[in-house]
Amino acid sequence: MDKETLSTLEGTAKRIRRGIIEGVYHAKSGHPGGSLSIADILAYLYTKEMHINPQNPKDDTRDRLVLSKGHTAPALYATLAECGFFSPEELKTLRKIDGRLQGHPDMKNIPGVDMTTGSLGLGISAACGMALVGKTEQKDYRVYAVVGDGESEEGQVWEASMFASHYKLSNLCVILDWNGLQIDGPVEKVMNPTPHDKKLEAFGFNVISIDGHDFEQIEAAFTAAKACTDRPTAIIAKTVKGKGVSFMENQVGWHGKAPNEEEYLLALKELQ
Amino acid sequence: MEKKATRESYGAALAALGEKYDFYVLDADLAAATKTSVFAKKYPERFFNCGIAEGNMMSVAAGIAAAGKTVFASSFAMFAAGRAFEQIRNSIGYPHLNVKIGATHAGITVGEDGATHQCNEDIALMRTIPGMVILNPADDVEATAAVEAAIKHTGPVYLRFGRCAAPIFNGADYKFELGKGVTLKDGADVTVVATGFMVHIAMEAAEMLEKEGISARVLNIHTIKPIDDALLIKAAKETGALVTAEEHSVIGGLGSAVAEVVSAACPVPVLRVGVEDTYGRSGTVPALLEAYGLTKEHIYQKAKEAISLKK
Repeated sequence: MDKETLSTLEGTAKRIRRGIIEGVYHAKSGHPGGSLSIADILAYLYTKEMHINPQNPKDDTRDRLVLSKGHTAPALYATLAECGFFSPEELKTLRKIDGRLQGHPDMKNIPGVDMTTGSLGLGISAACGMALVGKTEQKDYRVYAVVGDGESEEGQVWEASMFASHYKLSNLCVILDWNGLQIDGPVEKVMNPTPHDKKLEAFGFNVISIDGHDFEQIEAAFTAAKACTDRPTAIIAKTVKGKGVSFMENQVGWHGKAPNEEEYLLALKELQ
Repeated sequence: MEKKATRESYGAALAALGEKYDFYVLDADLAAATKTSVFAKKYPERFFNCGIAEGNMMSVAAGIAAAGKTVFASSFAMFAAGRAFEQIRNSIGYPHLNVKIGATHAGITVGEDGATHQCNEDIALMRTIPGMVILNPADDVEATAAVEAAIKHTGPVYLRFGRCAAPIFNGADYKFELGKGVTLKDGADVTVVATGFMVHIAMEAAEMLEKEGISARVLNIHTIKPIDDALLIKAAKETGALVTAEEHSVIGGLGSAVAEVVSAACPVPVLRVGVEDTYGRSGTVPALLEAYGLTKEHIYQKAKEAISLKK
C-alpha cells in the first residue's frame, strides 16, 4: 500500500470516528466502543473494496454489508455519511424522535443500510441469504457481515456459519470484530467463545487473522478473501474497543455510554 | 366429500406456481412433512434445505428477500411462529420483507405427536407483528388460492396449514380475496365465525341449529389479519350474537380478533370455541377434537348460550 493511500485511509477513518463521537454525543446514548473498533475496517471496505452507489443505494449490482453487530450503527452511519449517502450533519440526529437514524440500522428508511439489524445473531444469517441469491442468480456482488465477538455467543451465528459453508458461499466474507469486551466484561470471562479461528475453520471457513487497525493487513485479507472461490471467508480482526479515543480504549464502560461535553471535546481533539 | 390436508395443497400449489412466479423455497428438514418436497423435486435449483435451524432459516429468508427474491420458509407452526418468533419479528416483520412463512402442522390436529408439536399459539404470536398478513385456509381449494395470493401480496405473510385431511367444500369456481371473509350461509339469530379446519365443523353446527329453528349465519374468516371488520360488524348488528371457532388457543387468535372488532364497533356477546388455556396431548384427531371441545356439538351449545345472552 502506498503512502498516499494509507494517509487517505487514515484520514477517512478519523472522520468516521469523529462522526461516531458526534452522533453518540448528540444522542446522549449509543455504543461508541464497538463502533470505534470497526472504523478502520469500514473505512477500507466502503472506500476501497466495495462497489457501492450512493446515488442509487438500492442498485442491484452493489456489494452489500450487513452490520450484524447492529448496536454499532454510529460507525455505519458515519461511514455512509462519509461516502455521501447522506449529509454528515445528519449524524447529529442519531436516535432522535424526528430523525431517521434509528438506534440500530433500519434498511427501510436509511440510504445505504443493506439490512435491518440490532438483535444479535440475525444479521449474519441475512447476509447468507443475500449471498445465496448472488450465487444462485450468478450475480457478481459480494456480501460482508460484521459480527461481534460477544455476538458469537449467539447460537444462530453458528447455524449461519454451517449454512454458509454448506452452500459454499464464497461471495460471503464475515468479519469478526475481536475487541475482547462485551457489556458484562471481558468476552472470555462472560462466556468464552474462543478459539474462533479453530471453530470457524472447523465450520468450513477460509480463516484469516489480522490486526483490524493495520490497513495493509486489512487490504491483504480482503484481497485473499476475494481470491478464495470455494468457501466463505472469515476475517478475525483483532481490534481495540474504543480505538482512537485514549480514555475509551479497552474500557468496558464505554460499550454503551455517551461522552459528556468535556469528554466529547477531548475525544474530538484526539481525533484531529 | 373428498378430503385433503392443506399441507398437501401447499406443496402442490408451490410446485404448480413455480413456473408462473419466480420464488425460492426453504425448509428446515421437514420437507417431506410440510410437502415442500413436491416443489423441491420439480425445482431443485430454487429449493434450499436449511437443516434443523429454524432461526437461521427465517433470517436467511429475510436476506433472500432483501436481495430481491420472494421466498417461502417452511416448518411446523411450532418451530416457525414459536421458535423463530423473534427472527420473524425483527428480520422479516420490521423491515417488511417479502417472506412467506409456510407453517404446517398447526393446532391440536397434529394428533399423536402431542403437546410439544401442537401449536395453539401461532396466530396469537403472528397477530402481534405489525404488517403481518395471516392466512388460515379451510380446505384444498382455499389453501391453493391462498398460496398464490401470498405471492401476489408484497410483504410478509404467515400461512397456516393443517396436518390432517379436511373436507373440500369449496368449488372450483371459488374466488379467494385476501382480507375478505366469506359468508357460507346466511342467518339471522346468531353468527358462527370460523377459520381453518373448524369451518366445515361450523357448517355442521349450523345445520344442527337449523333443525331447532335457529337461523345461524356462518362466516369463513380465512384472513385473520387484516381481518374483515365490515363483515364482522354487519354480522354483529344483524344477528346480535357471535360464536368464534378455531383450532387454536382461545387466547389471542380468531376469537380475540373478533372480540376486538365487535367490542369497539357493536358490542354483542362473543363466545369462543377453541383450545382453552392448556396444552394438548397425544391422541387421534377425532379424540382430540372431542377432548378439547372442538366439535359441532360444542359450537351448537355455545351458539345457544350466545343467543341467551342477547339483550
